[in-house]
Amino acid sequence: MKVGLWRIAHARSGDKADRADIGLFAYDAETYAVLKREVTRERLATHFAGMGIGAVELWPLDNILALKIVLNAALQGGAARSLRMDNLGKNVAAQLLRMEIEAPAGLPRLR
Amino acid sequence: MKTVRIGAGLGFYGDSWQPVKASIERGGVQYIASDHLSELTLAILQKDRQKDPSAGYARDGVPMLAELWPLAAKHGVKLILNAGGLNPQGAREAIAKVFRAKGWRARIATVTGDSVLERIDELRTAGEPMAHMDSGADIAGVRERMLFANAYLGAQPIAEALAKGADIVLTGRVADAALTLGPLAHEFGWRWDDWDRLAAGLTLGHLLECSGQGSGGNFGSAGEWARIPDYAHLGYPIAEVSTDGRAVLSKAPGTGGRVSFDTVRQQLLYEVHDPHAYFSPDVVLDMGTLKFDDEGGDRVRVCGASGAPRPPTLKVVAGYHDGWMGTGMIGFAWPEAYAKCAKSAEVIQTLVRERGWKVEDSNIEYIGYDSLLGANADPAYRDQLNECFLRMTIRTQDKAVAEAFGRLFPWLGLSGPPYVGTMKAIQPAKELLGIWPTLVARERVESKVSIELERAG
Repeated sequence: MKVGLWRIAHARSGDKADRADIGLFAYDAETYAVLKREVTRERLATHFAGMGIGAVELWPLDNILALKIVLNAALQGGAARSLRMDNLGKNVAAQLLRMEIEAPAGLPRLR
Repeated sequence: MKTVRIGAGLGFYGDSWQPVKASIERGGVQYIASDHLSELTLAILQKDRQKDPSAGYARDGVPMLAELWPLAAKHGVKLILNAGGLNPQGAREAIAKVFRAKGWRARIATVTGDSVLERIDELRTAGEPMAHMDSGADIAGVRERMLFANAYLGAQPIAEALAKGADIVLTGRVADAALTLGPLAHEFGWRWDDWDRLAAGLTLGHLLECSGQGSGGNFGSAGEWARIPDYAHLGYPIAEVSTDGRAVLSKAPGTGGRVSFDTVRQQLLYEVHDPHAYFSPDVVLDMGTLKFDDEGGDRVRVCGASGAPRPPTLKVVAGYHDGWMGTGMIGFAWPEAYAKCAKSAEVIQTLVRERGWKVEDSNIEYIGYDSLLGANADPAYRDQLNECFLRMTIRTQDKAVAEAFGRLFPWLGLSGPPYVGTMKAIQPAKELLGIWPTLVARERVESKVSIELERAG
């Protein structure tokens, strides 16, 4: 079934120069396996296409059940040059939590 | 076994130091590591310094120490602050003045030598290209517009200042985590090539450097954020560290917030690029081997950091002038709140075009609809909004255009669509800065680093 990431995961984002970066965290190992499978660089590039981003980087971290995501060239040149309300990219994580993925029914922490 | 307790101070210029009191009074900390400098803060401090050469430091360090020092002195707590900004000696003088007036005594150390703005040409002549770290672009294109350029120093000068007997250490730009790693290396006598221990210290510094974000603040989630207890009295994180680098993260008893596996790992990955190679001036950390054990009761054990040798270069972040931002806003109530914002945007665009203003870039956002979620806002709500604000911004090289842009908006109140909201339209032009991250051979910077210790009061 289709599940919004906000129902199964938590996330925080920040900025470094022109990069936005996101930590996406599963509450449990079963959900982590689903995130690892479904949240791919390709899916991320599509999801954030509206921001006009550059290359997407992605690292899975099994030890903390997390995906580290970096969106290059995502902040209009950086927080001090950006025209956006969210110049610091603090809400990029909220945008990510809106992504819908294919997930099995009955994940342990499904909201 | 010996342990050292370090508490988080501020996480940015303007953050609150009230939670630091609980860490000192009830958290048993020996050190406070206070981070006043985000990537952009030096730009603000540079403007201060242009107006007044004795300024250029983070001003909040002065009232913070004025309020905390009596407590800190009573409990034997030392404070490490990067509030020196572009002028650590200026910060020291401002603080010493307060201490003299109050009759307090303290040994205050300053760490200087991180600024390379005046040395850019010298460094380039010496063979440092200072090209943009990400794009590889030549610095020559922005050289004349540089406003600040500072290297991130490591923990060694901080440890040295403490070894000299400092009660308060004031630095300029240092790696945020060095504010914590410095006292740990000093207390435990860690060798500067003991990579795993340095990596452990770096991990803990990173977990403390954003104050409340390490203990339940800004917990990015749907629903879970509402279960974080007592935001009003949120305690800042505290690390209790053993000589082998193992640590327990906690916060002062009786404070709000939460220290758990979830809150701690959110901070771990915050503003990190490659988690297997997290660079600092002192060590390169691999986060992939870290282990967290949530003991409950706001206690999380951290161990397993692995470190690789420090890089031969230091990161320098410079900022350069890159035009001006003009901003205008206007709000409307139902009915058709969004449509009226969109119509207003169209009108403003026509006016800008007719005036022939040179605009490099522009942004249209609808506050209440998409100003934070961008293209991921759900359009299902767009036409049913109770109210909506239009926010338009432009980037231009012409400051007068940036100033004039906001002044286009109030006119809409009587001559545009109906049911207009507040008219906070006129905002001053804001200077925009480009950020220039680059690398410089570390010895060229470190040879100029100086540590001075003076007695205040």
